[in-house]
Amino acid sequence: MGKRRAFPSPIRLSAHSFFRRSMPDTIAIELRDVTKRFPNPAGGEVTAVNRASLEIRDGEFFSLLGPSGCGKTTSLRMIAGFELPTEGEIFIHGKEMSQVAAYKRPVNTVFQQYALFPHMTIGQNVAFGLEMKGVARAERDRRVSETLELVRLPGMEKRKPKQLSGGQQQRVALARALVNRPEVLLLDEPLGALDLKLRKEMQLELKTLQREVGITFIYVTHDQEEALTMSDRIAVMSDGLILQVGEPEDIYETPGSKFVADFIGETNFLDGEVLAQDGEKVDVRLGSAGIVHTFADRNFEAGQRVTVAVRPEKLRLNAPLETGNNIAGVAEEIIYIGTDSHYGIRLADGQFLRAREQNVTRGSKSICSTGDRVTVSFTRTAARVLTE
Amino acid sequence: MNGSKRGAARLRLAGLLGPGFLWILLFFNIPLVIVLFISFVERGRAGGIQLPPVYTLSNYVQLFNACASEFSGPECNPFLYLGIFGHSVRIGLLVTFWCILAGYPLAYFISTRNPRWRDTLMLLVIIPFWTNFLVRTYALKSVLATEGLANNFLMNLGLIDAPLDLLFNEFAVVLGLVYGYLPFAVLPMYASIEKFDHTLMEAASDLGAPPRRAFWRIMLPMTLPGVVAALVLVFVPVVGAFITPDIMGGGKVEMIGTLINRQFGVARNWPFGSSISLILMLLVLIGVIAYFRSGGEDARRAL
Repeated sequence: MGKRRAFPSPIRLSAHSFFRRSMPDTIAIELRDVTKRFPNPAGGEVTAVNRASLEIRDGEFFSLLGPSGCGKTTSLRMIAGFELPTEGEIFIHGKEMSQVAAYKRPVNTVFQQYALFPHMTIGQNVAFGLEMKGVARAERDRRVSETLELVRLPGMEKRKPKQLSGGQQQRVALARALVNRPEVLLLDEPLGALDLKLRKEMQLELKTLQREVGITFIYVTHDQEEALTMSDRIAVMSDGLILQVGEPEDIYETPGSKFVADFIGETNFLDGEVLAQDGEKVDVRLGSAGIVHTFADRNFEAGQRVTVAVRPEKLRLNAPLETGNNIAGVAEEIIYIGTDSHYGIRLADGQFLRAREQNVTRGSKSICSTGDRVTVSFTRTAARVLTE
Repeated sequence: MNGSKRGAARLRLAGLLGPGFLWILLFFNIPLVIVLFISFVERGRAGGIQLPPVYTLSNYVQLFNACASEFSGPECNPFLYLGIFGHSVRIGLLVTFWCILAGYPLAYFISTRNPRWRDTLMLLVIIPFWTNFLVRTYALKSVLATEGLANNFLMNLGLIDAPLDLLFNEFAVVLGLVYGYLPFAVLPMYASIEKFDHTLMEAASDLGAPPRRAFWRIMLPMTLPGVVAALVLVFVPVVGAFITPDIMGGGKVEMIGTLINRQFGVARNWPFGSSISLILMLLVLIGVIAYFRSGGEDARRAL
């Protein structure tokens, strides 16, 4: 008999031997030109996912991020097998499975509303998958109690789902999926129904758990902060299209489109026209407000209308840079919120900028007051030219 | 002042509850007591009861031993009436079985349509209710008759050479009863299935359960209250049915209902009819209590 700890820690070494350790750098899931169209009740068709292609590596914590209706949940449901793609192929560890029934796929899902079986005990819920596989009773019981310990709900086998709190039900849902040792775990906004504090706790816990068990997690969320916090890589989706795939830092620092820049974090968009380009370096004229030096990953023609994106926290006020951008404006509003101050700045050509500065020495008063003329400075790398 | 206010409230309560109470008392409770009384007295020579009443247990004894009757001949079957009870229960179970078997998929189908269609389809299930029961039963009878729609159709197709005996047998009675009571089965099952969260079936499938296993392990247990409600709502009236067995059975299929009907009609044996009625009530009561005991809170709500 294993000794049961009174306060099981979330990190348990035994988990490494318990769960299959994934091989790094092999592809767990591949979507190849996957399209899903639904009949529209009002006639015609709706394209929920449009020629999506993705490679998700073994052991990765991968997030599908986007606003509601962007196709992220449909993508997840196609990997799970609840929806079959209209076109395209889905590979799970190299095997084409796009038309295979859900119950035959080596993946498990944690549902948004948990979908625990209300007429069964927690033990029966968690054992369900093993029972379907025909695992013997004793082995089943052992693995169920082991997995319940892993999610920090030891000895809960006899309870009914109704008797548990939302957070506990969430853990049971996780245990019910993990006990099957799936090749990939699919999570459909699993923290959506929890309150903020519990959500933050569970984010960290999920991340820890994922590292511990080494299973590939595919995590669907509309919460950009959640995605940035937890993921190894993120795919940003909108209108059924995958717009950008990358590590959280890449997505945040070098968004590939206006949508991504806007959806993840806060961004200033400044309209202007291209003055000159030298390789990746582009100079853009912002009307009467002056010229900004930026980077771009594409070629533009002189005079082409473009948008310059720059994040509020990358702007410095009244601290001109020797090399970089220094443009003039007027501080229209200043909001002091303790750690930071937020500034609203009107440029000479009428465009509006938001800046954010930490109150390192003193408050905002040491920098400027409302109505003051200010210099807004940022480096060339802080700004990017985007078109779409 | 306070007292008069309370008095007015009581009066209002009495005014509201009074008519209902009186109705139940006059037309249900008192008649039941009368039936109980009649079942323990001897019959009159020309129907009704012997006056002044002569108390006896013979009406109950007769039920369990048909040969105890004064009219029984030498080749009488002592289990005649018990046999009819058994037969009625058998038909009741058969009808309930078919109603649930046909009603569950129908209820499932309707509950999974989009809301606009759902209401229309439920209406189609309920509309026959608004047609007179006798008209419906006679209509079905004409369909099954020797020269009826069903036989003509089958003969025109060349599937049969001579008309089948579709009428005046147990088949006809069961078919008629299933036809008449199907909505009673569909409605409670529909209510149960409509509440069912179909994500649970996805969860079961996700955990490796093929559709059939997912149904037996998840969907059926969770919609069982509706199924049991359907069982009670169909079985109870069917066991006591008398119009359908009378019309569809043509007097050849005896059920408790037709037996009771005969005692109060041509046989003019009110006391015996009363005792059969009470035993039937007792059987149903035992069944319903057993149902509540087993199902608990869910079962009560389903009804």
